[in-house]
Amino acid sequence: MGTWTPTAAGLVPAGLTQSAARGGIGESVRRPDGALKVTGAFAYSSDLWHRDMLWGRILRSPHAHARILAVDVSAALALPGVHAVLTHDDLPAAQKTYGLELADTPVLADGVVRHHGEPVALVAADHPETARRAAELIRVDYRELPVVTDEASATAPGAVVLHPDRDDRHAYRAPHPNVLHRQPIVRGDVAAAARRADVVVTGDYEFGMQDQAFLGPESGLAVPAADGGVDLYVATQWLHSDLRQIAPVLGLPEEKVRMTLAGVGGAFGGREDLSMQIHACLLALRTGRPVKIVYSREESFLGHAHRHPARLHYEHGATRDGRLTHVRCRIVLDGGAYASSTAAVVGNAASLGIGPYRVEDVEIEAIGLYTNNPPCGAMRGFGAVQACFAYEAQMDRLAAGLGMDPVELRRINAMRQGDLMPTGQRVDSPAPVAELLRRVRDMPLPPPLDTEDPDIRDLPGGLANTSHGEGIVRGIGYAVGIKNVGFSEGFDDYSTARVRLEVVDGEPVAMVHTAMAEVGQGGVTVHAQIARTELGVEQVTVHPADTQVGSAGSTSASRQTYMTGGAVKNTCGAVRERVFAAGRRRFGGDRPAWGGAGLRLDGGKVVTADGEVLATLAEVLEGEEPIDLELEFRHRPTEPFDPVTGQGFGHVQYSFAAHRAVVDVDVELGLVKVVELACAQDVGRALNPLSVVGQIQGGTVQGLGIALMEEIRVDPATARVLNPSFTDYLVPTVLDAPAVPVDLLELADPHAPYGLRGVGEAPTLSSTPAVLAAVRQATGKALTRVPVRPEHIVD
Amino acid sequence: MEFLRPGCWEEALAAKAEHPAAVPLAGGTDVMVEINLGHRRPGHLLDLGRIGELSEWEVGEREVRLGACVPYARIVGELGRELPALALASRAVASPQIRNRGGVGGNLGTASPAGDAHPALLAAGAEVEVESVRGARRIPIDEFYTGVKRNALRPDELIKRVHVVRATGPQQFSKVGTRNAMVIAVCSFGLALHPGSRTVRTGIGSAAPTPRRAAEAEAFLAGALAEAGLWESRRAVPPSVAKRFAALAAGACSPIDDVRGTAGHRRHAVGVMARRTFLWAWEAYRNGAEGAA
Repeated sequence: MGTWTPTAAGLVPAGLTQSAARGGIGESVRRPDGALKVTGAFAYSSDLWHRDMLWGRILRSPHAHARILAVDVSAALALPGVHAVLTHDDLPAAQKTYGLELADTPVLADGVVRHHGEPVALVAADHPETARRAAELIRVDYRELPVVTDEASATAPGAVVLHPDRDDRHAYRAPHPNVLHRQPIVRGDVAAAARRADVVVTGDYEFGMQDQAFLGPESGLAVPAADGGVDLYVATQWLHSDLRQIAPVLGLPEEKVRMTLAGVGGAFGGREDLSMQIHACLLALRTGRPVKIVYSREESFLGHAHRHPARLHYEHGATRDGRLTHVRCRIVLDGGAYASSTAAVVGNAASLGIGPYRVEDVEIEAIGLYTNNPPCGAMRGFGAVQACFAYEAQMDRLAAGLGMDPVELRRINAMRQGDLMPTGQRVDSPAPVAELLRRVRDMPLPPPLDTEDPDIRDLPGGLANTSHGEGIVRGIGYAVGIKNVGFSEGFDDYSTARVRLEVVDGEPVAMVHTAMAEVGQGGVTVHAQIARTELGVEQVTVHPADTQVGSAGSTSASRQTYMTGGAVKNTCGAVRERVFAAGRRRFGGDRPAWGGAGLRLDGGKVVTADGEVLATLAEVLEGEEPIDLELEFRHRPTEPFDPVTGQGFGHVQYSFAAHRAVVDVDVELGLVKVVELACAQDVGRALNPLSVVGQIQGGTVQGLGIALMEEIRVDPATARVLNPSFTDYLVPTVLDAPAVPVDLLELADPHAPYGLRGVGEAPTLSSTPAVLAAVRQATGKALTRVPVRPEHIVD
Repeated sequence: MEFLRPGCWEEALAAKAEHPAAVPLAGGTDVMVEINLGHRRPGHLLDLGRIGELSEWEVGEREVRLGACVPYARIVGELGRELPALALASRAVASPQIRNRGGVGGNLGTASPAGDAHPALLAAGAEVEVESVRGARRIPIDEFYTGVKRNALRPDELIKRVHVVRATGPQQFSKVGTRNAMVIAVCSFGLALHPGSRTVRTGIGSAAPTPRRAAEAEAFLAGALAEAGLWESRRAVPPSVAKRFAALAAGACSPIDDVRGTAGHRRHAVGVMARRTFLWAWEAYRNGAEGAA
């Protein structure tokens, strides 16, 4: 405690100096869990353990479409060590389905399975091996049904209808019951505009099914509670959304399902849908024992929604001087057997379907299908990724048709602040599309390949020793993309933050409590930074995320720093006002400065606008109750897209990134080595520059993955997944990941906290088409499908 | 599942005789994956980890006696001169962790057409020494692979070591995969020049039901080299010879379409690899090198 010294200004604590809190926003504060993860000491959800716990196991359908004629669990139940076997008939509540947007997904199959890997029955046993054997002993009598696997088969006359009794909000405008959602967007007069075009290019493109490929398999632990409820520890992306879906199926009120976030081993959208949550709770409530479920890798590939594969048709026209006259496009997204977030993905694909370009006359149609393919839902980039791959290929095709430099064509048509989206929404914050392209183009190029004495690790094929320099051609390609930030189309999105400020042992200490799922994005780091900056306190504790505080919304859509970061900032501001009020109460009588405007908290002290120190936080709060506030924060409202015209103020914020890819291609063998993927991105404000660069580099490499190798292969005849393992689902290794120089632009968005822009997804968009453009330049091939396979390059 | 841990080779043979269906476990890099995926649930696992002699090798005058469990990392680090193709193949196996565990015995036991060691063994020339309580025998590598994931082992036999012919000329190995590391072969190719016998041997991986040699291509090349006196003159090989060799190597494939690649690309890529590896090896031979780089 400082001593009090009389001065001209009254009583002030002695020995006070100004010092800004370290570790505030704008600093590259290190992650609290970084070293733990690198050294293998971090506890993931799969590491959870409880005394007396049982192991849960899910029996999944080997067929993509079949009627279940009978299920016999007697042999499984008779196996020693088995405590419960559950099927659809054992579900305890009237509510037997769940879903993110539509509750169309059975908790356990109800007489029919609609995709390969659909859960049919559950087992709890005292050992995982016993549970596995018991699951094998369950006899399920299937009668296989024909499968629908694409638009043609799903909408053919007489096609089997997957969800015959639809009454969801999209059903009335769907052209066919196997079309989950359709969003048209129409602006201007495309037919007239097309007549002004000097050059028109069309293209058909195909985007394969990418997986999030997080390393931590789905897992969690459900512990039954004395009050008849359950405590669930689980790796997820949105605790409260899980809770909303779990509780009704258990027949419990939400307050009896208490959720705590367990260590998350990556997400990328793949944990937005429920996986083992309900299953573990059902088994725990049935057996009265804690139940742990951990997916195997194969099960993980079968058990979560992937990125939508897509077929895209585009027509672009331009006048001879390179100005776009019009764009027509049709995007068909395969949502698989259940809705997941397909409708929102359709809205994104449509509204962002022509990219960051100014076009007056546009006709867009996006549809999402129900098929017997694996369910598809959220993945980093969410509908914008598929479109970007196609519209950027089109821009290159158009540039070739015009005899124009592809970057110049993009510059001429680049959107700027104030321009209109195809939805009619005015872009009312910086849109530095041309500037980002200029920046990546102007970055120094990597040195040319040393063909005399190359290090084979730098060559396509690497240590597999396929080339010593023969057959290798370098290519360079560019792309730029636009992604929305936050939830769109009128969704009432909010985040909650609770902040507590108190004095402990004479030191001011803040605690931030939210339900934000830390999935690797760095929220836990940034929340502490925000609290330090806003409260002028160095010691900040981030409380584990749970449902004892209000919803933080989803860790997705690049929204968490904006939304829950914004909520932390907002609540801190209210806490700060309470501090000032307490200070005024205590000291305001002696010091008129307490009543002045512009007081702030800095370095553990209350400071006036002029920098005069009024008191330490410790002095203000000593003997007071802790200040403890929980407040919600909202972004400005959006509105739905019109069902016919697609017009509407649909998105909260836009995010832009551009890439330049440099590749070396072995044109004889079809092997590719990405040499460099330079990225420029406007991030509004980098609250943690190190984290921001990490997000951009990660997103960039994930975009490279779908460009060259990542694909869930589904047998078109049976709709079965062919490669549910990391043996044949290939993700980039360190020898595939190129240098990713990053150039950050920080143009403030006046609507956003600190002016920041969500950063996590935009780099995933433009990375893929930039790589494709570079490979096309090296090979001269059209390459209209990703991932590009060696045979596409060679044939 | 019962876990058998013999302390010596004789115990291992006895255990295998008693439990012919027991699956030998060496590095575990194939077996454990299959068990984890539920593709295989053997009644017995026969752990060879305690049998030290399986991890030893000996360089003889004509051949290297390579223990079945010598890890790939050691082959890369210590046998590059004697077994250049096998060392190159070993370097292309999976990840550093796997290369520290896995060995040639496992590749041979699994006998997957995609195993990286096979083309190198076929090209160099090798014999697989197997043993049972009934006695030992040596199986020529050309006769070892009998079908997809099948080999000439009898149920009671274990692979003890491989006798690989020491390189007397340049050797090469090349593998096509769809990423730049840690990838199972889409197809692969091994090649060895044997200047002493004026022969060329090859090995094709993952482009037929079994690893196999491209016999016609080998014969053509040996003939062309001999006819033009190129072994002696060490002159450059006419492009038409390399081209024909490549075409014959491609023709020796019987590939399939699968999740990793198409038959057409496999055949094409084997041709490209055959031409490139031969030209690299021939260049090394012209420069007087004994082994490959």
